[in-house]
Amino acid sequence: MLIADWSEIIERILVHFQISVTGVALATIVGMVIGIALTRFPKIATPALSIIEVFQTIPSLAMLSILLIFLGLGNNTAIMAIFFYSLLPIVRNTHAGILSVDPALLDAGRGMGMNSLQVLFKVEIPNAIPVIVSGLRISLITAYGIVTISVLVGGGGLGRFVYRGIQMQNMGVMLTGAIPIAAMAFLTDLLLNALEKRLTKHSRPRLTA
Amino acid sequence: MVVFENISKSFGNNVVIQNLSLNIKRGQFAVLIGPSGCGKTTSLRMINRLIEPTMGTILVDDQDISKVNPVDLRRQIGYVIQQIGLFPNMTIEQNIEVVPKLLGWPKEKRRERVRELLEMVGMNPLQYCNRYPSELSGGQQQRVGVLRALAVSPPLLLMDEPFGALDPITRETLQDEIKKLQTDLGITIVFVTHDIDEAVKLADVIILMKDGKIVQAAPPEELLSNPAGDFVREFIGKKRLHVNYDVDLVREIMNSKIFTVTKSKGFAESIALMRQRNVDSLIVTDDDGRLEGVIPVEALRDVAGKKMINTIGELEPAKVPTINLNAQAREAFDTILSEKLPYLIVVDSKNRVRGLVTKTSLVKALAGVVWGENADDE
Repeated sequence: MLIADWSEIIERILVHFQISVTGVALATIVGMVIGIALTRFPKIATPALSIIEVFQTIPSLAMLSILLIFLGLGNNTAIMAIFFYSLLPIVRNTHAGILSVDPALLDAGRGMGMNSLQVLFKVEIPNAIPVIVSGLRISLITAYGIVTISVLVGGGGLGRFVYRGIQMQNMGVMLTGAIPIAAMAFLTDLLLNALEKRLTKHSRPRLTA
Repeated sequence: MVVFENISKSFGNNVVIQNLSLNIKRGQFAVLIGPSGCGKTTSLRMINRLIEPTMGTILVDDQDISKVNPVDLRRQIGYVIQQIGLFPNMTIEQNIEVVPKLLGWPKEKRRERVRELLEMVGMNPLQYCNRYPSELSGGQQQRVGVLRALAVSPPLLLMDEPFGALDPITRETLQDEIKKLQTDLGITIVFVTHDIDEAVKLADVIILMKDGKIVQAAPPEELLSNPAGDFVREFIGKKRLHVNYDVDLVREIMNSKIFTVTKSKGFAESIALMRQRNVDSLIVTDDDGRLEGVIPVEALRDVAGKKMINTIGELEPAKVPTINLNAQAREAFDTILSEKLPYLIVVDSKNRVRGLVTKTSLVKALAGVVWGENADDE
């Protein structure tokens, strides 16, 4: 039984991925700026983080419906929803990552004559990257789930198969969507985990002969 | 090179430095030392404007540093910290070329400088350039930390307890290396430590601080021989005062209450005296006290039964090694230890017997060094 042709499956996978990455990328840009800014203003860090946390508490279907009012049907609503959901992990991890950089490195950087931007880009961000990547991983995996239900607001990812399968009560069609989604999440987790490990490789203490 | 003019610093109501004036000359190895909280690190960090003084002026190279851009100032001053602070995400080469890069050196010049520096401390550039700090031992890391600070050949180097976290053997090696680098390169170093031994070893001038003030600033020898007050004495520790191993002369460690006989002394009387004094050899001198030789107790025993002897002069004393009383004590130690002698006779320039250095004298002299008691007091 032909469930769907291959070209459609590939296309859905790409669209699914594209929506997720776009949303997370936007959140990364905005989130890193906010996260870094919060390290400069420690007094507002805690209240700001709790405000951002509010987005996470909104159920995804509700979030999509609210955004639907402003953005209409289509992928943009999904992208926007992903943006709001990804913001917290990225802001929080950027903030924590930058704060976790060894003060001795900042002292060394400043003492050698780096200005504050150079300290940020040469010392703070590179050494916070592993923690930031960990936030990205969480965001991206969450995003796959949101894209899936965004089919209800006209999103065009793998959710279409799942939704169609449910309506047709056709397990095969449903799995055509569900299996690639699970595989994507699994692979993303694997890859970003490996990246994280690679990035922390040099900061881990190691036995030397 | 570095001049503090009436510097004060307070954090809120907490006064850390009080009206401190100081002049470190070009090419000097200046060590700031004192108990924790004395303001030594604060003083150091004011030199490259990581901390700004509340009052007063600091001159580096005759320039008022408050009028120099702090970023430019820091690029001209080497800075080494206790936590080493190598960037873990950068290779050894990238770490060393941080400041050259900030100053916009071309790639080739940077490469060459990194290799030159690594070779200077005996680290093979091929082996180390592309490694990461985490792959190096603590000692190697701090070596790189020092090289990084020297990358653009700054005339002034600030070091904040740079060897404090290293094990004692590595610390010694790095101390020797930095002293040699400083002499070879002719740079000025301001060095913070709380270890008086390190200060004495490295410093041309020790600046001892307490409660944000200088208690004494003097070369190490002067600080040890002429401490200004009880605090200095206390801080240096009793054991280090007045101790100078190389200057100790044989006369200072010898035992001068010795028992000698002249050749005309009666045989029986001599034996009796030996028993009484509990000695096992007779040191024989002529009438002017000049050494003739030594007769061990075995020799006396051998002849006693065989023939009638009236005076010591009838026996042939054995020649023994001697040492001049103005010779270095170390020489006496070396002779006794290497020749495995029970004692060494001390003579003056006219070969007159003046005393005896025994193994017991060695132990006493060493005890004096360790516990600060005067070994020939007894």
